[in-house]
Amino acid sequence: MNSSVAVEWKAVCKVSDVLPGTGVGVRLPAGQAALFCTRNGQFYALDNMDPFSHANVLSRGILGSIGDRKVVASPIYKQHFDLETGQCIEDETVSLNVYPVRVEGDVIEVAMSAAH
Amino acid sequence: MAKQQLLLIGHGMVGQRYLESLVAQGGRDQFDVTVLCEEPLPAYDRVGLTSYFSGKTADDLSLVPQGFFEEHGITLKLKTRADSIDRAAKTVTTNTGETLAYDKLVLATGSYPFVPPIPGNDRDNCFVYRTIDDLDAMIAASKGGKVGAVVGGGLLGLEAAKALHDLGLETHVVEFAPRLMAVQVDDFGGGLLKDKIQELGVTVHTSTGTQEIIDGESCKHRMVFGEDKHLETDLIVFSAGIRPQDALGRACELELGERGGIVVNDHCVTSDEDVYAIGEVALWNGRIFGLVAPGYQMAEIAAEHLMGKAEKAFQGADMSTKLKLMGVDVASIGDAHGNTPGCRSTVFMDQTAGIYKKAVVSECGKKLLGAVLVGDAADYGNLLQLCLNEMDLPGDPAALVAPVSDGAPLLGADALPDTAQICSCNNVSKGDLCAAIDGGCMTVGDLKACTNAAGTCGGCAALVKQVLDSELEKRGVEVNNHVCEHFPYSREEIYHLVRVGQITTFDQLLEKHGSGDGCDICKPTVANVLASCWNDWVLNKPHAGLQDTNDYFMGNMQRDGTYSIVPRVAGGEITPDKLIVLGEVAKKYDLYTKITGGQRVDLFGARVDQLPEIWKILVEAGFETGHAYGKSVRTVKSCVGSTWCRYGVKDSVGTAIQIEERYKGLRSPHKLKFAVSGCTRECAEAQSKDVGVIATEKGWNLYVCGNGGMRPRHADLFASDLSDEELIKYTDRFLMFYIKTADRLQRTSVWMENLEGGLDYLKDVIINDSLGIGEELEAQMKHIIGTYQCEWKTAIEDKEAVKRFKHFVNDDANDDNLQYVRERGQRRPAYEHERIETVQEA
Repeated sequence: MNSSVAVEWKAVCKVSDVLPGTGVGVRLPAGQAALFCTRNGQFYALDNMDPFSHANVLSRGILGSIGDRKVVASPIYKQHFDLETGQCIEDETVSLNVYPVRVEGDVIEVAMSAAH
Repeated sequence: MAKQQLLLIGHGMVGQRYLESLVAQGGRDQFDVTVLCEEPLPAYDRVGLTSYFSGKTADDLSLVPQGFFEEHGITLKLKTRADSIDRAAKTVTTNTGETLAYDKLVLATGSYPFVPPIPGNDRDNCFVYRTIDDLDAMIAASKGGKVGAVVGGGLLGLEAAKALHDLGLETHVVEFAPRLMAVQVDDFGGGLLKDKIQELGVTVHTSTGTQEIIDGESCKHRMVFGEDKHLETDLIVFSAGIRPQDALGRACELELGERGGIVVNDHCVTSDEDVYAIGEVALWNGRIFGLVAPGYQMAEIAAEHLMGKAEKAFQGADMSTKLKLMGVDVASIGDAHGNTPGCRSTVFMDQTAGIYKKAVVSECGKKLLGAVLVGDAADYGNLLQLCLNEMDLPGDPAALVAPVSDGAPLLGADALPDTAQICSCNNVSKGDLCAAIDGGCMTVGDLKACTNAAGTCGGCAALVKQVLDSELEKRGVEVNNHVCEHFPYSREEIYHLVRVGQITTFDQLLEKHGSGDGCDICKPTVANVLASCWNDWVLNKPHAGLQDTNDYFMGNMQRDGTYSIVPRVAGGEITPDKLIVLGEVAKKYDLYTKITGGQRVDLFGARVDQLPEIWKILVEAGFETGHAYGKSVRTVKSCVGSTWCRYGVKDSVGTAIQIEERYKGLRSPHKLKFAVSGCTRECAEAQSKDVGVIATEKGWNLYVCGNGGMRPRHADLFASDLSDEELIKYTDRFLMFYIKTADRLQRTSVWMENLEGGLDYLKDVIINDSLGIGEELEAQMKHIIGTYQCEWKTAIEDKEAVKRFKHFVNDDANDDNLQYVRERGQRRPAYEHERIETVQEA
């Protein structure tokens, strides 16, 4: 990670716009992300494109946990992706970009580019 | 080299098995095969003949796989009887005047019913019980009569009595011997059986011989038993045993036994090396085998011998049997009468409960030689294995028949050797089951599909389950049916926890009974159970995140992430006006349009943001959601029935609509499909549905647990001639019992196959209310029906909910990744190779 480059944040919606336990699609300058709110109120963002179907649908996956890992399941072919790392659980060669998320007051901000 | 001619005379159960065995060994490469069948129908399940009276059709009973003769190039000549055999010329002459040459001949002519030489036995309305033609004649004769009598109280005689009873006749059984089923059971067992059968309304006359049959006064016939004893009856069925159908062999001077039967060696070869005899016509070691299992063995051995493989030899067969006669369990094992010198018997009898059990044990007290069970034959499998494998008894012989107080099984499946035959109908050994388990079978249903074990009479189902459980455990497979890692419970247990604990949300359930955050397995399952119990709106906030995307957006997600829309078209009936609305919507939004298999219209390619506006139009036009996306009731398909059809006997469309309106929206462990046919032509294909209804002149026949798809299964006849009210009552109970007890994503067919006791058990629960839960199930269904709402109507009226139908939370734009290609006048998503690269924004 190049720490000298400051993260550019984009305000996307209010906290109340994302129901705990669900996700929403987010439009970023570089493309699409899926923003999730877990049942405990933590936010995560990953690529919205499902690498197995090439459809922009991951925001519509079901959230959950496998062991200690928090995951989202693709609604198309049901592969799981780690919310923290973007790693696909079923196929170690596949992983998604992860976008840092922060909450400023009642506004959710997503980083404009993925973490490296 | 020219092929040799193989001629098979007789196409019954054993004949068909012979052909299958021959084909499996490549016999068609060496032989041209011709089959002569005297009956007008190819081989059918003669053992299951009685079920013809309870609604099974000749097609249901057929044993010939579709296209079998065409596929294997075998010539079948129906209604063709062999009249004579010329062994010197090697030809067979038929009743149709043909002369057929053979190189090898197989006789599978079976047996014929013995009719006692009673004067008057050839009067009108005197029948035998052997073929479908016989049954049709009995059914025709029963229509004009009140009373029926069966001569013979053996196994077949009692089957025939059940048939007469089912036909609504006052039924009598006349048996010459002092007890029923004289061959299989002893005096006590026979006495108890007689009591039980009389309780069911059949009068049994034992130690009674018929002297003559003359004109009756109140009925057509009078059977005269003695000077002052007689019975008036309208029809008579002779079922006094069978005799080998050996006339052909006798006429061409094959070696016969003293009391008939064509003598065969261990490979089923007769005294002429080019002629085989198999099944009930064959006499081996002085014995005729009147059961189908040994007949099947002979068929396989004879086919192998013909192909030059002679490793297997017929070594006789175990004649143990277990059956249900008029609802009474009866079983007989080995030396049931205790004829072995020095043997001893242990007997348990409970006349109040109607149970009799006898075990015959060797002189040393260590081995089981035989047994009789009446009223409760649950131990049959265990006792048979002890007997056949000559195993040392696990303890005191009295324990074999004493009522089990702690419910412990007598014998673990573990103790059985691999050679132990578990299913005698289909000759499946424990070793075969183990191999199938190694091959991946995990359930009784899998094993049934893979090995055919428990596939014929079902008598071994409990034992198959025991073997499965113990083998899975041995392989370190934890036999658990937990939904997932978050809930150590099966779906059935979760349903119970939700109901009993009055749990209304996933979070409550997780807190009380689970761990972790849940996942894409347990969340939809729990959402589904909550809907089945309380029927809340699926998009209520606590439930929204549990739903699979299809349920969340109330459409079916397609491969590009857009959805398809299927409005409900109950019974497949739609007005032209409503059809036009569908067309207009499809046109406006450029939706790919296709007719579904469930008689509805599927509109593809709607984006999430379009769904609410499309549904607003549909709801205003009077459409409701079709739940094509849910694990729920889908469609009730119907034929047009008496509304228009000149053959329709009832209003199938009206009933289909009524059923669909009643159960629409019902969430269930898997999708549910229904159909209603207006006559027995069955144009709605109801027998391939979870619930199928077919109109008869007397009411509705209800079929259950069928499905199409990957593993198609014909539905089973559940009940006949039902009134409208009965039909709804049984269907209510059936559906709620399925919802209550099935596993996740388990279709009704697999569910039923895995219920211990199968269809009979299900009938008991639903029709006889054996668990006493009938009313409760009906009340639960009433609640679901009373709380129905169209999910889409609720959604478009809820502003908060509509807001969720957006592709981006922070932009009104749509997904820019969607690309379409036009094909046959409509659009479809582009395949990967057809896509045009879009310019990536920096």
